[in-house]
Amino acid sequence: MNRWEGWHKVRYESELAPHFAAEIASIPGGDHLYSCIQCGTCSGMCPLSHHMDFTPRQIIAMIRAGFKADVLSSYTTWLCASCYSCTVECPKEIKLTDIMYAAKRLAIREGVYPKRFPIAVLADEFFKSVERNGRSSETWLLTRLYLRTNPFKMLKQAGLGMRLWLHGRLGLKPESIERKSELRSILKALEKEHMIKRKGNTAPLKEVAS
Amino acid sequence: MSYIYFPGCSLQSTGKPYEESMQAVFAALNIPIKELDDWNCCGATAYMSISELKSFALSARNMALAERQAGAGNSADMVVPCAACYLGLNKAHHYLAENPDLNAKIKGALGVAGLNYSGRARIRHPLDVLVNDIGMKAVTERVKQPLKGMKVACYYGCQLVRPYADFDDQHEPTTMDVIMKALGAEVVDWPLKTRCCGGSLTGTVPDVGQRLSYILLREAKKRGCDVIATACPLCQFNLECYQSEMSRKYEAPVNVPVAYFTQLMGMAFGLDHKKLGLKRLFVPVHAPAAVGGSHVAA
Repeated sequence: MNRWEGWHKVRYESELAPHFAAEIASIPGGDHLYSCIQCGTCSGMCPLSHHMDFTPRQIIAMIRAGFKADVLSSYTTWLCASCYSCTVECPKEIKLTDIMYAAKRLAIREGVYPKRFPIAVLADEFFKSVERNGRSSETWLLTRLYLRTNPFKMLKQAGLGMRLWLHGRLGLKPESIERKSELRSILKALEKEHMIKRKGNTAPLKEVAS
Repeated sequence: MSYIYFPGCSLQSTGKPYEESMQAVFAALNIPIKELDDWNCCGATAYMSISELKSFALSARNMALAERQAGAGNSADMVVPCAACYLGLNKAHHYLAENPDLNAKIKGALGVAGLNYSGRARIRHPLDVLVNDIGMKAVTERVKQPLKGMKVACYYGCQLVRPYADFDDQHEPTTMDVIMKALGAEVVDWPLKTRCCGGSLTGTVPDVGQRLSYILLREAKKRGCDVIATACPLCQFNLECYQSEMSRKYEAPVNVPVAYFTQLMGMAFGLDHKKLGLKRLFVPVHAPAAVGGSHVAA
């Protein structure tokens, strides 16, 4: 029994990951991260910031301070719709959208992403479909998304699917390229490569979102 | 000059009317265009969330194929109607040009499959090609049934003009406005031209995503538009296909036709409505009454 319900919100320096900022900054152009002046233009421009658990400005501050567990398990990065408003408006030319991508990829590599959260599942299914066939098939992608997250939602969307089909806008044939082996050999050559350089010791990730 | 058409995964399913109308309009203007042979996914948003390197490799394969298809010494201009593909390919183009290490890695991977990417391929959007290569004079001359009296809200969406496009302004794009005016339509002044429609959030987190689309529809309606013109298959899908769901959910019902700008061009050119995929839209677009009042039922 916790005497004070907010106890878990207190952060100690020992929990921080000192190399986190360097990891994120290792993407091309990522070192602009260090010049953030915390003006909040990104959060002001973001059409989704009011739905996020941390605003984009907070995320940048947290990355620099080493709040790895909190950033990687947050919903903010997954809610980012990649509209690039923040990126084009940032007075310090920080590529915020690309930093959000970097955080997403790191969260997947570390296994701390919200596993049943539909956005992450969609990305995962999209990735697999393209690895397999070279193209994504919208219909099958959405079917797998609903099966993995909320099968009941599929029933709710059946009406929309039917309408699309009646209007000739629903492809039922799984899409695929012809020279799959050519593409596979290209992707295989990059299998072990990562753009984010991992830096030595990082503090253990205690909170894993489910 | 001949163009290489990159459809991307949407234009041959939910975005079918975009492909149909773009090809009809390009044919009407005698612009030679040929589909890229064995194109693959551009490595879009969802893919980039998993592996950025592979996403660039996917784009690079397409660009390498385009260079090969164009032939040595010829320009390799790819016409990419989908805003997400346009951004994905353009992003790879920029990243590979600016980062030698990355370039070497991707080139090495392409080399395994016997492909070569020199950086010669150019990523173009149909808006860019129509306004800057073909020119408004040719478009105006082709107009047979001007869209007189039709009030159009031009919606560019986010990934088309941000952050790599060089053919239009990031904050106040005008290429689509220019085309619509050339068709005789009245362009509605509205401030949400490049505000995000919600992207794939409309399907994954509907309460959040559909609210973003709804904000756009409500504002466009408030400004008295007859139709919203779009240049992206996901924007068009989000704005049109969830309207009945949004009307149930939110304060004011919305019922606004959302068409591809190429469909409106085809209407003004007097092209067969079947070739423009107008019957594939959920909310029918009405041709202005002044020119005969024909309309297409959904």
